[in-house]
Amino acid sequence: MQATRDMIGIYALLLAIGLPIVMAWPLAALERWVRGAIGWIAALMGLAGLGALLLLVPGLGETPSRVLELDWVPSLGLRLAFRIDGLSLTFAITIAAVGSLVLLYAGDYLKGHPHRGRFIGFLSLFLGAMQGLVLVDSIVGLYAFWELTSLASFLLIGFDADRQAARRGAIQALVVTGIGGLALLAGGVTLALVTGSWQLSGATASLVASPAFPLLAALFLLAATTKSAQVPFHFWLPNAMEAPTPVSALLHSATMVQAGVYLVLRLSSVMSGGIWWNGTLMVLGALTLAWGAFGAFRETDLKQVLAQTTIASLGLLMLLAGIGSELALAAALIYFVAHALYKAALFLVVGGIDHGTGTRDITSLRGLREPMSLSFIAALMAGAAMLGVPPLLGFWAKEEMYKAAALPDMAMIAALAVLVLGNVLLGAVGLLLAIRPFMGVQLATPKLPHEAPWGMIAGPLLLGIAGLALALLPGEVERLLAPALAAVAPAAKPFHMPRGIDLIGVPFLLSMLTWALAMVAYRLFNPMRIGLNKALRRVPSLDRGFDRAYFGLVRLAGAVTRLLHHGRLEIAMLTIFVMLAAAVLLPLALADGWPLRPNWPDLRLEEWGVMALAVAGVVTVVFAPGRLMAILALGIQGTAVSLIFLLFGAPDLGFTQFMVEILSVVILGLVMTRLKLEGRDPRPMEDWLRDGSVALVAGGAVTLLLLRVLETPLDPRLSDFFNENSAALAHGKNIVNVILVDFRGLDTLGEISVVMAAGIAVLALIRVARSAKPVPAAAPVPEPEAEAEAEPDKPKRARRRSPA
Amino acid sequence: MNAAMAVLAGLFLSAGIYLLLSRALIRMLLGLLLFGNGVNLVILVAGRLSRGVPPIALDGKLPLAGAANPLPQALILTAIVIGFALFSFLLVLAYRAYQSLDADDTNEMRVAEPKGGPEPPLSY
Repeated sequence: MQATRDMIGIYALLLAIGLPIVMAWPLAALERWVRGAIGWIAALMGLAGLGALLLLVPGLGETPSRVLELDWVPSLGLRLAFRIDGLSLTFAITIAAVGSLVLLYAGDYLKGHPHRGRFIGFLSLFLGAMQGLVLVDSIVGLYAFWELTSLASFLLIGFDADRQAARRGAIQALVVTGIGGLALLAGGVTLALVTGSWQLSGATASLVASPAFPLLAALFLLAATTKSAQVPFHFWLPNAMEAPTPVSALLHSATMVQAGVYLVLRLSSVMSGGIWWNGTLMVLGALTLAWGAFGAFRETDLKQVLAQTTIASLGLLMLLAGIGSELALAAALIYFVAHALYKAALFLVVGGIDHGTGTRDITSLRGLREPMSLSFIAALMAGAAMLGVPPLLGFWAKEEMYKAAALPDMAMIAALAVLVLGNVLLGAVGLLLAIRPFMGVQLATPKLPHEAPWGMIAGPLLLGIAGLALALLPGEVERLLAPALAAVAPAAKPFHMPRGIDLIGVPFLLSMLTWALAMVAYRLFNPMRIGLNKALRRVPSLDRGFDRAYFGLVRLAGAVTRLLHHGRLEIAMLTIFVMLAAAVLLPLALADGWPLRPNWPDLRLEEWGVMALAVAGVVTVVFAPGRLMAILALGIQGTAVSLIFLLFGAPDLGFTQFMVEILSVVILGLVMTRLKLEGRDPRPMEDWLRDGSVALVAGGAVTLLLLRVLETPLDPRLSDFFNENSAALAHGKNIVNVILVDFRGLDTLGEISVVMAAGIAVLALIRVARSAKPVPAAAPVPEPEAEAEAEPDKPKRARRRSPA
Repeated sequence: MNAAMAVLAGLFLSAGIYLLLSRALIRMLLGLLLFGNGVNLVILVAGRLSRGVPPIALDGKLPLAGAANPLPQALILTAIVIGFALFSFLLVLAYRAYQSLDADDTNEMRVAEPKGGPEPPLSY
C-alpha cells in the first residue's frame, strides 16, 4: 500500500512539475503545426498533473509527507526532497486547476499573435516552477523554484517587449521579487544552520526562542512581502498588469503572488508566536488590505481594479496568517482557495470583455448582458463569491475570518475592523465588476461587443461552478483542508467546514453589515473615486523611487565606464608603471628589506667603455632634438648592448642583438622619413616632471630589486641540468642552442609562430595602406561627410605627406 | 660588475618608461625598444654575470669552469626575436594610424572613445 502510494506520488510529481518544465520548449515549437489546438493540448497537460495530484488526496492522512528524495550535491549533503502534505497539495491542486484553464484560455486569447507558441511555453514553464515551489521540501530547491517563477514571470510580463511599459513592469517585478529571492536564500541558509537540516521539514520545534529568530523572521518576511506585493513593495503588481490577461489571471491572482502566502503558512508552524513574526504580518497585512481596497476605487481600467483588489486580498491573507490562531489559519486556507477561483475567473472575464469590446475602461462599458450573456453569468458567480454571498465558498471564508477575529482584545478588534472594511470595499468592487458592465444601456465601444470563443469562456464558468460546488460539498473540502491545517498548525483540533449559518452569531451579523455597506459603497463608486484620487495623490510610493534607483545605477555604470575608459593612453600607461613601482618597492620596504650598498664596481677598462657607450646612447635617444640623431643614438645603445652580451660570455646574443639593432635602425630610418618627429618633447612642464619622476622611481625600483636578488644565492639546479645533459642527451655542444631547439623546442616553435603572425600582420597593414592610396591620389574626391563632421576644423590633407 | 650592470638596466628601464609615457607614437616606439633591452639586461644580471667564457661543452660533457649561465641566454634570445616582431608590427601600425588619423599624438586618437560620448540611455 505504502509502496503504491509512493509510486503515485512520484508520478504525480513528474506530471505536475517535470512535464510542464520539460514541455515548455516543445509546446512553443508545436504551435506552428497545431495552431489553435495548442491551448487544448497545453490544458490537457495541465489536467494530467491535476488528476495525478488529486489521486494523492485520499492518502494524505496516512503517508509520511516525504515521498521522493534524491542526491543532488552529495558532497555538500544536499538532497532534493519533495513533500506532499495537505498544505502543498492545497496549493498545488489550486494551481493546477487554474493553470489548466488559463492555458486553455491563452490559446484563444492570443489567436493570431505571432508568438503564441512562445507564450504558451513560458506559461508552461511557469506552471512547472510554481508547482515545484509548493511541493519541494529542500531549502535550496525552494530557492531555485522561487527564482524560476520570478524569471518566468519576467518573460511573461515583458511578453510585449515592444512596449516600454511592459519592459518596465517586467524589470520591476524581476528586481523586487529577486531581492526577495536573495532574502529567501539567506533565510534558508540561516534556517539550515539553526536546525542542522537542509529540508524545510527538518524544522520541527518552534524557533521563537532561538537567538536567530529576529533575523529569520526579517529575511523570510522580506521574501514573502516582496513576492506577495505587500506594502511597501506593492507597487510592482499594478505595473505587472502590462502582461497579457492570462498572465495576470494565473500569476498575479492565484499563483505567483501567493508564493509569499505559501511561505508564511509553511513556516508558521515553527515561526508563529513571536511578535517579530505575527506583529509584522498583522501590521503589513492590514495596511496592504486597506491600501489595495481603497486603491481599487481609484482605477477605471478593469485590470487595474483587479490588481488593486489582489493586493488587498494578499494583505488579507497575510493579516490572517499574522493572527495565527487555528481559526484564522483555517480561514486563510478557505479564503486562498475561494480567492484563487473567483479572482482568476474575474481576470478571465475582463480579458473576454477586452477581447469582445476592445476596451477595459469601466466608465465606457454598459449593457453587455445581451451580447455577452455567458460572461455575465461567470462574472455574477465570481462577483458574488467576492462579496461573500451564501452558499458560495467565498461566504464561508468570510464567516471563518470574522469568527477568528471576533475576540475581546484590542489588537483583534482593530484587525476585525480592518477585515470588515476590506471586505466591504472588495464586495463593492465585486458588485461593480459583476453588474456595472453588463446592466444598463449599451454604450458604444471600439468593437461591436461579442461573446468570447469557448476556450475563453469555459475557464471563468468552470471556476465559478467550482466555487459553488466546493461550498456544497464540505466533506470533500475537508479531505484536503484538514490535512492542510494540520500541516500549518500541528496542534490544531481537526478541521471541519462550517455547515450551517448561525443566524444570530456575530460573524453573520458582520456579514450582513458587510453586504449593506458594500451596496452603499457600490452606489458611491464615482464620487469615491474622485475623492480618493484627490486625497491619496500625494502618498509617496516606491514606484518613482524605483525609477530613480534604476537610472541612478545606469548613470553610475556610465560614470565608471568613463572613469576607466577615459581614452587616454598615457594615463593608462602611467597607472601601469606606478603599479609596477609599487609592486616592487612595497615588498622590499615591508618584508624583504632594502639591499646593502654595493661596492664600487671592479670593471675593466673596456667594460667601462661599453657602459659609457650605452649610457650615452640611451641619454641621446631621450633628449635628441631631431629624428636622425635619435635613430643613430638608438643604434649606439643597441651596439653597446650587443657588446655587453659579447663581453659576458653570450656571443649568440651579441650577434642576434646586433642584427636586430641594424634592422631596426634601417627600418626606422625608412619609416621616419615619412613620419614627423617633433624636435622637442610635446609634453608640458608638469607632465614632463611627473613622467620623469615615475620613470626614475620605477627604473630605480627594478635596480633595487635586482641588487636585492643578487644578495641571495643563485639556485643553479636548472642551469646545471642543462649543462650536464645537453651533450649527453641532445648531443649538442652549444648549450644555449640546445636549450632553444631541443629542451624548449615547443617554446621556440611558438616564438616562430609569433614572428610569422607579426609578419603577416605587417604585410596586411601595408597592403591596406597601398589599396587605400589611389583614392585620394587619383582625383580630388570630396571628403566623406561623416569623416568631415568628426573633425571639422582640421586641415587633413595639408598635413599628410604625399605617399610617393 | 653585477651591481654596475643592475644600475645600467635600471637606466634603460627609466629611459624606456619616460619615452613610453610621452604621447607621441614614434617616441613611444623608441621607448619600447629601450625598455626591451632593459628587461633583457635584468634577466642577464639576475642569472649572474661571468666574463668571457660562453656556455659550450667542448670535448667533455661539461662546459669549462666559470662559463656563463646558459639559461638566461636562452630566455633573452627568445625575447630579442619576439621583441623585434612586436617592434616591426607596432611600427607599421603606428604608421598606418598616422596615415588614417593624421595624428601621432595618442590623445588625438579618439575614434573608439570620443570625448563627450553619448550618455547611457535612461529608459527601460
